[in-house]
Amino acid sequence: MAYRWTNTLKDRDVTDENLWLNRRQLIAGAGAGLGLAAMGRPVQAMELEPNSWEDITNYNNYYEFGTGKEDPAANAHTLVTSPWTVKIDGLVDNPGDYALEDILSKMTIEERLYRFRCVEAWSMVVPWNGFELADLLEMAGVQSTAKYVAFETANRPDEMPGVRYPTLDWPYVEGLRLDEAMHPLTIMATGIYGKDIPNQNGAPMRLVVPWKYGFKSIKSIVRITLTEDEPPTSWNKANAREYGFYSNVNPEVSHPRWSQASERVIGSGLFAKRQDTLMLNGYADEVASLYEGMDLTKFY
Amino acid sequence: MSVITDPVNRAARALPAWPIYVGSMGYAGWLLYLGLTGGLGVDPVKGLEHALGEAGLYMLIAGLVITPLRKYAGINLLKYRRAIGVSCFMLVLFHLITWAVLDVQRLDRVWADILKRPYITVGMVAFILMLPLALTSNNWALRKLGGADWRKLHKLVYPAAVLGAVHYVMLVKGIQIRPLIFLGVVLILIGMRYRWSKRG
Repeated sequence: MAYRWTNTLKDRDVTDENLWLNRRQLIAGAGAGLGLAAMGRPVQAMELEPNSWEDITNYNNYYEFGTGKEDPAANAHTLVTSPWTVKIDGLVDNPGDYALEDILSKMTIEERLYRFRCVEAWSMVVPWNGFELADLLEMAGVQSTAKYVAFETANRPDEMPGVRYPTLDWPYVEGLRLDEAMHPLTIMATGIYGKDIPNQNGAPMRLVVPWKYGFKSIKSIVRITLTEDEPPTSWNKANAREYGFYSNVNPEVSHPRWSQASERVIGSGLFAKRQDTLMLNGYADEVASLYEGMDLTKFY
Repeated sequence: MSVITDPVNRAARALPAWPIYVGSMGYAGWLLYLGLTGGLGVDPVKGLEHALGEAGLYMLIAGLVITPLRKYAGINLLKYRRAIGVSCFMLVLFHLITWAVLDVQRLDRVWADILKRPYITVGMVAFILMLPLALTSNNWALRKLGGADWRKLHKLVYPAAVLGAVHYVMLVKGIQIRPLIFLGVVLILIGMRYRWSKRG
């Protein structure tokens, strides 16, 4: 049941960075003459240019490895990602400890080129590789009473220098409403640019929810729990006024610390112009219906 | 009198203060160069903004250290204080310009941020408190004001330093130790002064 949502770019198992760069030149050079229309996919994301591997892997918020943006790249090598076990429990038919390779053997890995918008008002574009969370949840057998999905990051003081400090209440936890989790845009990422996802980006498996602020996309997941009640989430516990459960990208709802109307584009240099932030990070067509009738200033 | 303080004081008498201006402005220029050439990472705007703000905090602390050093250790570095203070102000000014021009980019948004975001309000108040100090850090203003009034005015550096450090504590996410250390050092250095004035 993969490929529910199709990327705007041609499918391929592996796209290395050089290919991306070539593609970028081709697009710049030849415009529409490349049979793009033949792909029969929305044109909007054609305009997305992925950030470089360098950008994506050296500018990370992963406080388990330090609070500086470059700390995770420097420190995360100590995280042991193999073997990796994910506990799936709560309201599921098939609870248990799943070895990551067993999960992956049943999943279809696709490439998804997504905008990534941090609550700190910066953004990137990332070519993820991953599978739809819906497929994993279907494998686990979601029971009819389940309404939410809770996620938990590894908490290993020996491997994660940052968890020795009370920056947040460890382990890092996040959550989604079940319909958000089942949405075809929601993926579990295991790679970037066709390579294994680096530790600082959340190896070996992380959530990516492209229409929400980045902190919702929890890294290095060790546990997934289906629940009936809304699960606690780390930043909401730390500061409920600033970080709501939904945390959808919304240029109209100002955050107490940052205006969310615009964003700095990472990798664009010292004198680059800010870019206007798009409603639901540009995915309103796909996901706005999930929030019909909800006051998004209240459910921020 | 002492094997440490005497050579230090002798050296201080011999060495001029102007290298402090050259050094701090050179540092700001070096940061700008790094920002333009990729040396500040993939988000050079934030890199420059943070490095300048932090340099300003270090200079505030350097300025606050001079009086306790003289009182407790007998080391007299008073002749460097003006250069430290003015350099500090310049670094904070560059920090503010980087934030307003390169980061926020629009005057209406700058204004909205100052009014709406408490950590920016606090930082802005700290900057405004420093403004009269920078403007009166010259011999002419010192003569005009007279020593007593000038010293009274320059006590504004205490609230400015506290607010500068509070600005740092407020802007980080979660509980982080580094900004709390800055604030602690500033409070201790100011607290030391109140102990003397009580003792007379």
